[in-house]
This record gives sequence, structure tokens and C-alpha cells, in this order.
Amino acid sequence: MPAIRRQFRLQWEDAQNCFVLLYPEGMVKLNDSAGEILSRCDGHSNVGAIVEELARRFPEAENIEADIHEFLADAYDRGWFEEKGWCEEKGRCEHD
Amino acid sequence: MTDSRPPLWLLAELTYRCPLQCPYCSNPLDMAGIDAELDTESWCRVMAEARRLGAAQLGFSGGEPLLRPDLETLVAEGRRLGYYTNLITSAVGMNSARVAALREAGLDHIQISFQASSAELNNALAGSDKAFAQKCAMAAEVKRQGYPMVLNFVIHRHNIDQLAQMLELATALQADYVELANAQFYGWALHNREQLLPSRAQLQRAEATARAYREKLGKKMQIIFVVPDYYEKRPKACMNGWGSIFLTIAPDGTALPCHSAAVLPIDFPNVKQHSIEYIWQHSPGFNHFRGNQWMREPCRSCPEQAQDFGGCRCQAYLLTGEAANADPVCDKSPHHRQIVDIIAASQSGQSCRHDLLLRNMRNSRALLRGRPGS
Repeated sequence: MPAIRRQFRLQWEDAQNCFVLLYPEGMVKLNDSAGEILSRCDGHSNVGAIVEELARRFPEAENIEADIHEFLADAYDRGWFEEKGWCEEKGRCEHD
Repeated sequence: MTDSRPPLWLLAELTYRCPLQCPYCSNPLDMAGIDAELDTESWCRVMAEARRLGAAQLGFSGGEPLLRPDLETLVAEGRRLGYYTNLITSAVGMNSARVAALREAGLDHIQISFQASSAELNNALAGSDKAFAQKCAMAAEVKRQGYPMVLNFVIHRHNIDQLAQMLELATALQADYVELANAQFYGWALHNREQLLPSRAQLQRAEATARAYREKLGKKMQIIFVVPDYYEKRPKACMNGWGSIFLTIAPDGTALPCHSAAVLPIDFPNVKQHSIEYIWQHSPGFNHFRGNQWMREPCRSCPEQAQDFGGCRCQAYLLTGEAANADPVCDKSPHHRQIVDIIAASQSGQSCRHDLLLRNMRNSRALLRGRPGS
């Protein structure tokens, strides 16, 4: 169950017209799909549930499951997620 | 020309007062002549107006922001407005109750400065016997109370060889990020430049050390190494461009495109007279170096002008006397020779830590009278 790391805050910004990820002294502007995925990474939904919900919401999107997995792996590599929730989900953790 | 892009960063320099005396401080040398600090209500208005324009990051710095008794009030208001709130502090004047009160107010992150990895050198550079122990204790407390924590070391000739020990200290204190920021030469650092510039050999060893730790630590602790621009061939993209994302408000309410810009011969607006919207979008000060129409050669025809914006206007002014010149760090600048000569001169003489002029109000007043002390 991916959860955004404690030092990050996901927030909608009117001025940017997008979701942004705020962290100490920095900000990442997120595109629409990144914002949709990350806003569901609350530590309570597993990846399967996130895929299911987004597939229902965007029925026209092709390969949505693969795209979500790819985005989540990339976000993990960027250090946006708590290790714990992510590792349980993946059944592995390089730091354990 | 006006700019509709929002300022993303609001840096609130709450005060120039500080219990420490770091000789590389970026505050202005004449800080003793600037005394009237904005009140709580004015800061709240500034935060609200900048947030309406789109600013999302809010930094409280100084001087030492903990000296403001209204810090918790300002943090709470900043957080309520939707800012990501950063406290940039020496940790001197902090205690566990205050760390908790700031948490309660909604503070998102604390950055603590260290001067060195050993008590002896740290305290000598800070001009305070108790600073190092206090910083270590408060860094532990900040982590205990669940904040993300950045440790910031300003790097220079006298501490650069301790980089590995600094990274060990940061690891032991469980920092999330560590900034190894080579001194940039403005304010007090410019005054002390000859005693602060590291040698090229020192710098290369330090970069290798930072690389090795980065590989070893991975995501556990992010290491940010800021190079000293004097050793570069191209200038830094200062502030990501003039009036592009960054808005500093000095303690007296002067609005600046960066915290050093007060040295420039430009009349900058003050929040006591103007709204942030006017200041950001319409004031002559903030539009002065926007775009590229102001550029001279070699910048005017340079294919890299969109990457580095000609470098730093303050550095161009301080070293060449003309703010519209190319930053002399650039080896295309006809003034680049100056940088080469400054490095050579700083490495030839016998420099001693005790020659550093400490940053304090007494020395600032002496400089204002034209008689720097030591």
C-alpha cells in the first residue's frame, strides 16, 4: 500500500492548475495522470485497488495497469514513498 | 515588461539579529544600519498576498528566526494559507517545547546549520562556545518529534577537509537531506573571501568524498553538493533567472529578487508601500533584469543565455562594477581574469582562521564607520 513519504506533501495548486509534490525547499509539478495516481497513494489502498479505481474512472485509457506500475516504480526510485508500505506490497525490501 | 508566472518561493528574512557570528553569512555588511523589523501583521499580509499569486514554498530565515517571539504565529498562518513551511535555523535558542509548539503550528520542515563536524572548529567559526552541543541535541529532538530534517554545512577552506566526518555526523543524526554548500561570495563571505576560498585540490577531494557517500547511502540520505562557482567555467543559473521564481523579503520589508540584491544600485520596492502583486509583476526593480533585452556581449549573442541567464547580477556588479555585464565566473567574460587572479591570490598567502572577520553588529557598525575591526 504505497504511501507518500512523510516529508512530502501532495497538494492541488490553483496557480499551477495541477497537483504538486512539496518537500523541503522544493516542488515537483505533476502531470494529470501522476496527480491522479499519487492522490490515491494514501497508505490505505493497495496497488490493485488503485488500478481498479482508475480503470473505472478512465475506461478509454489503454494499458493503464502497466502505466500505473511503471509510474509507481519510478516514484519509488525518486524516494517519494515510505519504504514500509511499498516493500510490503512488493514482498521485498532492499533495506530490511 | 510584466511577468505572469507566479513566484514559487517566498523567503521571509524575519530579522538580522543572530546569536552566531559565522564569517560567511550572506546578510549585508551594513545590517547594523537597518533596524526596523516588520511586525506580525505585515508579515501575515505579505504571506497572504504572495500565496494568492501562487507562492507555495515559504522559508523563515534571518539572522536567526527563533529570535522572533511571533515565529509560531507566522508559521501557523503560513501553514493555514497552504504553504510548505521551512524553518532555516542555527538551532540556538531552540528547546524541545519550542520544537513541539512549531509542530503544533504546522511547521513542515526544519533545516539546521552546522559550521563543522567537530565542536572545536564549529564553535570557533560560530563564535559561540555552546553552539555545537546545542545543535546536536536539537537535531536529535527535531527527528524525535517526527520532522523531516535538512542539515546544512557551509563549506570553505577551513572545514572542507572534514567532509567525510560531516557526512558521518549527518548520518548519525538521521538527517533526511544534507546540504554541503560551498560558500558563495556575497555579504560577509565576500569580505572574508581570501580566507574562505578552498584550493582546487581540496575541492576535488571533497567532490570525490560526496560521490562515494552518495553511492553508499542511496535514498537514506540525500546529499546536495553546491560547488563554489569561482572554480566553474560557466556561471550558475542564479535564482533560476531574475524575478523568475524567488521572492525575498528583508527584515525591514524591502522586497528583493534574491537575498543579496540589496547591494545593487537599484531602488527596490518595500512591502510597507506596495502590494506583493505590484512588486512582483510591475515594480521596476523586479523587471530590471527579466528577459534578455538587458544583456550585453558576450551574453547577448551567447547560445547558452537561456540556460544560465548570464549568471548572477550581484556578482557581475560586485566584481566588474556593472550589473548588466556577464557574471565574470564565465570564461567568455572579458573580466574572467579577475576570478583567476582572486583564486591565485587566495592560495598564495598564509591565511589563518583568526583573520576572518566575524559577522556581528559591532563589526557591522565599524564597517559602516569605515573602520572594520577583527
